[in-house]
Amino acid sequence: MSTGSSSTSRTRPVGRAGDWLRRAAVAPFQTLTLAALAQLGIAPFVLAADAISFILLGIGVFLTPLTLVVVRAWADLHRRLARVWSGVDVPRPYRPQPRLEPGVIGWWQRCRWMLTDPATWRDMLWLLVNATAGFALSIFAATLVFQGIFGIVQPVIWRQITGGGSDNWYLWMNVDSVAEARTAVPLGAILLLIGLLTGPWWVRLHGRLTRSLLAPTASAALAQRVQRLTETRTDAVDTQAAEIRRIERDLHDGAQARLVAMGMNLGAVEQLLESNPEAARALLAETREASSKALDELRNLVRGIHPPVLADRGLGDAVRALAMDSPLQIDVTVNLAGRLDAPVESAGYFAVSELLTNIAKHAGARRVWVDVRHDGRVLRLTVADDGRGGADASRGTGLHGIQRRLGTFDGTLALDSPLGGPTVVTMELPCVLSSPRISSS
Amino acid sequence: MRVVVAEDLFLLREGLVRLLEAHDCEIVAAVDNGPSLLRALTEQKPDVAVVDVRLPPSFTDEGLQAALAARRQVPGLPILVLSQYVEQLYARELLADGTGGIGYLLKDRVFNTDQFIDAVRRVAAGGTAMDPEVISRLLASNAQDAPLGRLTPREREVLELMAEGRSNNAIAQRLFVSEGAVGKHTTTIFGKLSLAQSEDDNRRVLAVLAYLNR
Repeated sequence: MSTGSSSTSRTRPVGRAGDWLRRAAVAPFQTLTLAALAQLGIAPFVLAADAISFILLGIGVFLTPLTLVVVRAWADLHRRLARVWSGVDVPRPYRPQPRLEPGVIGWWQRCRWMLTDPATWRDMLWLLVNATAGFALSIFAATLVFQGIFGIVQPVIWRQITGGGSDNWYLWMNVDSVAEARTAVPLGAILLLIGLLTGPWWVRLHGRLTRSLLAPTASAALAQRVQRLTETRTDAVDTQAAEIRRIERDLHDGAQARLVAMGMNLGAVEQLLESNPEAARALLAETREASSKALDELRNLVRGIHPPVLADRGLGDAVRALAMDSPLQIDVTVNLAGRLDAPVESAGYFAVSELLTNIAKHAGARRVWVDVRHDGRVLRLTVADDGRGGADASRGTGLHGIQRRLGTFDGTLALDSPLGGPTVVTMELPCVLSSPRISSS
Repeated sequence: MRVVVAEDLFLLREGLVRLLEAHDCEIVAAVDNGPSLLRALTEQKPDVAVVDVRLPPSFTDEGLQAALAARRQVPGLPILVLSQYVEQLYARELLADGTGGIGYLLKDRVFNTDQFIDAVRRVAAGGTAMDPEVISRLLASNAQDAPLGRLTPREREVLELMAEGRSNNAIAQRLFVSEGAVGKHTTTIFGKLSLAQSEDDNRRVLAVLAYLNR
């Protein structure tokens, strides 16, 4: 469900040089692969173009969606390569699929949905651009390196090549003597050096070319954003309405009912005061008991709405308080220099609270680690446990619910839970950190 | 007994003042905000202070902060904190200096006058008065603690009452047993938890709370 999101931890300060060397060494093979893929990409283009032109014949209505699925898969492959190889994030631009009728009408609707999406035409255009410009730049980058190697090994191989009577062209010379072969060595070394030095840059350039056509256009990105906002707004409104209903019910069945009972008791006490002081005393004790219960219920209710420590001290201490109240062995580290906006704080708090409840119920964990930090851009909450693992966000409503509520704040939840554990849940909420506040409303 | 009262709601403040005055207390200051509380505590050095956690101007844990600050300046200054909520985190902060003279109770404990006045006196004498709710939450969060699991239900009851800050005598009355029986229970409890024995009631309470607060 999640769209391609973070590209964190791609640049690590440690081992940077080693990292660069590794990239330089694989770049020639990457560009070579990209060049080959660019040529192969002509096939899906031709297939899709033919299918579209057959629409008038009828058969195209079925062929177009099928071939366009191939085109999209092909484009998706390049989106992924751009992210993995050159760190260029290329989100998917396609419009969501509408509800389709069954049968032929459905095929026609699918056809129309795909053909009216500008992203489809940009895919097609990209296949052409990639087959030409993309191919040219990647084959050039690969050639630099492989021609370089070819030059360096000339003294060893020129005799074999010319021995068969064929020409042995290297750059501008026909290498058929020791002297020429020796000249080819430094030339090849220069080419190889340039090729290696610029290799990663060419891969990145190809990534940018991919992004220029395969990423959503500004208006498509906006449309996607609007759709996401509509979804999360509906979620937020639903959650809030459910929450208010729950509070109303709790008040109605709890504190309110007890206050009514207390009023009735007090009325009875008034009447009994003269005639039966003993009974009146007993009723008063009962009334006091009821008032304690009512307060108790109100306390629990408020704790569920906005926990006191959260209001007093903010997220860090609130999570610590949560850890203290839990029967689990929990280590909490907090790295926050200030307060967050109240709604974000609250969302983060309840997410952690729910995860801890889940862990206590299902994970069979002995130790739990909670980390709270803000890196200037996002609030990152990490909850890890040494339990049995195998948690799945798509099954069970707990994690999915947290995910939805974080969605309101453009937050994300990433789950890593192999069978046998450990389970690590990382939640990120984009937000700003304000300096410690003095007053509150 | 010279008492400082800090509570921002007028009705509650007046109620507390009246209640304490009716039990031989002299109210040397009744304040309604954090800064005045800190001033009253450090200038008057009362025998005991009854303090609401949430006070103006910030309406956060201002009362608690003032109490902690005052105790840093006047070590061992007896303070009974009242709150609508009890939090383990705050209980731990209050107990952190390990000197006693600390109370932390829910506000509705005031309804039971005798017990409330008893708690005020206990704190003034350098003892401890922890809300049963604090103790039950402490115990719940120690549910996986093996030594605690080895206590019998009766020993657990004694432990809870002891952690609230009650003397052997008070525990005996509460459980309808002899003081000697309570003494025997406490010896077993301290043995099972591997805590050093102490004749002093107050030191014993602090040892138990420190154990639960690890």
